[in-house]
Amino acid sequence: MIVALSATAIVVLALLWEVSMPWIDRRLEARRLRRRRRQAGDPGAAYDPGRERRAEQRARELLKSCVNEEEWAMYRDLGFLRVWGGQSDPDGPPDLRGVDYAYLIYPHKPIVAYLPQTGRLLNEYCVEFPDETRPYGSPRLPDSDDVLAKWMALQADERRIISEANLHLPGRQLDPRAIQRDLWRLGRWERERLARALRAGTGSQRQAEPADG
Amino acid sequence: MKFLRMRPGFGEQLIAEGDVDVADEEQALIEEFRRQLDEGMWAAVPTTRSDGRREAELVRAFEEIPRDTGRVIFFPRAAGGAA
Repeated sequence: MIVALSATAIVVLALLWEVSMPWIDRRLEARRLRRRRRQAGDPGAAYDPGRERRAEQRARELLKSCVNEEEWAMYRDLGFLRVWGGQSDPDGPPDLRGVDYAYLIYPHKPIVAYLPQTGRLLNEYCVEFPDETRPYGSPRLPDSDDVLAKWMALQADERRIISEANLHLPGRQLDPRAIQRDLWRLGRWERERLARALRAGTGSQRQAEPADG
Repeated sequence: MKFLRMRPGFGEQLIAEGDVDVADEEQALIEEFRRQLDEGMWAAVPTTRSDGRREAELVRAFEEIPRDTGRVIFFPRAAGGAA
């Protein structure tokens, strides 16, 4: 019995050794590669999560200093921004002339155009702002910088940014149900914000009344 | 006037600063502006309308920058993604 169990254990250990050897080899090779790149002075070799967090923190401060207070609160609370269409180009796209439309801006995701009155999704505009100098190996801007770049481009020259983007029907990259849920969240967020503003207005009016009387 | 550039792994970086009313400093700003555009950057000036609403302008030449603006933000030009 003991001999059989020992034999089984040896077989299991041998099989585990066979299975894990390629994985161990890959880990050791990656480690050697990272060490060689570090010695060669390649800064992209050392991924530093602290650096990425600090970059994102700075990007959030810059975004906050550029957008409107309501937009900042929207991004902080919901994780995306809404920008009304036709601001830099009052005529807008020919098929939407005279219709209110808006965009949702997500970090590192396509810009989504939609009709606020009906919630109908119109298009996805896939656009990136790659920095090919890749100071740390990646061309991706911090999330909030990506959002600010899209916001500035839409505010300043909607036609230009839309023409640079790859146009797709809704659902190509983003789940339409997730977008509809975000539109629902946005509607609720706006109603709550309005209610808070009304309460604050009523409160300050009440405080002011005795002084007036 | 400050020139800020968005960069991966950094957030924004201060790349130049100067007084546009001082000739030497203005010249240095002009040269940096051209260098950034030559590197493929877009330049945006955050603005505030008279009603307080915040917007942005894309500028293609140094002369288009309002003289009283405090900062110009450079960011990589847009490219179609995930085709």
